[in-house]
Amino acid sequence: MTTKTLTVVRDLLASNKQAATAIRQELRSRGILGVNLLSSPGSGKTTLLEALADRFRDRYRMAVIEGDIETERDAERIRAKGVPARQITTGGACHLEARMIGKVLGDVPAEIDFLFVENVGNLVCPASYDLGEDLRLVLLSTPEGDDKPAKYPAAFLSADAFVVTKADLLPYLPFDPARATAEALAIKPALAVFTVSAVRGDGLDALTAYLVEALERLRSGRA
Amino acid sequence: MHELSLIASVFDVLEEQAREHGAIRVSRVVLRIGVMSGVVPDLLESAFEIYKKGTLAESARLEIIRVAVRVRCPDCGGESVREDSDFRCAACGSRRVEIVEGRELVVETIDLEA
Repeated sequence: MTTKTLTVVRDLLASNKQAATAIRQELRSRGILGVNLLSSPGSGKTTLLEALADRFRDRYRMAVIEGDIETERDAERIRAKGVPARQITTGGACHLEARMIGKVLGDVPAEIDFLFVENVGNLVCPASYDLGEDLRLVLLSTPEGDDKPAKYPAAFLSADAFVVTKADLLPYLPFDPARATAEALAIKPALAVFTVSAVRGDGLDALTAYLVEALERLRSGRA
Repeated sequence: MHELSLIASVFDVLEEQAREHGAIRVSRVVLRIGVMSGVVPDLLESAFEIYKKGTLAESARLEIIRVAVRVRCPDCGGESVREDSDFRCAACGSRRVEIVEGRELVVETIDLEA
């Protein structure tokens, strides 16, 4: 018997990256900005999307792909805002993969400006999977604590923007937005940072302006 | 907790390479796993042990090389290894660094028996 050591150097995420690249090209060719939302469960991803639906109404068209382990609840909340939503239930999987998005992309209306993907609530696994988005937002809600960026660095490292949510609760919590921001920026200095309250409306002007600017950049071919 | 699906991808590579090289067994697999890859080496090892049963890698040993975060600085031109979730340039403190290592999930080498 002979043994030989073979150098292969194969990326384990290669097939996901390939699927993601195809989705990104498809979305760009249709002039749609893909936005992937990452956070722990209960950080306010759906509530933020509901608030964005209200802000964008009559100005920009959006659709949402919802990732959850079970239930159609999030998609129902988004549809109640008059926004098309497609639910993916992973049946246990802790993150969305590009192929799952590819399968439902045909159900997404063609004439939209933004396609939001609400990932499975989890600050760990979704960080590794490119879904073909052009923008990734990582959310951290004030009750979770300002020490989380350094505890979940891969998620922050993979993101383009950091959104502190539930700012309306700041008076009642020890959360220090400056500390959370400093931690996040030590991990990823290029992060855009927003502090919002989706229920009260704080910070949503800045966040929507950022999204619209990214959309315009994509459409002018500078993405 | 997506380690099992990553191990499934490892086995896709093993089976393809064994077939291509006419091997009957895989005796060792070496992975390079970046500390910022989002996977846990212990869980990868457990998943590998579960997955290998009844495959051509049944008696294979898994080795994991942990890869630290290495940044390249466009301001001072230096490269440094970083820890503790602080990825600024170690030499000049610049924030404009590029991460050159530490996020990989790679099958590096495979030992094949023919």
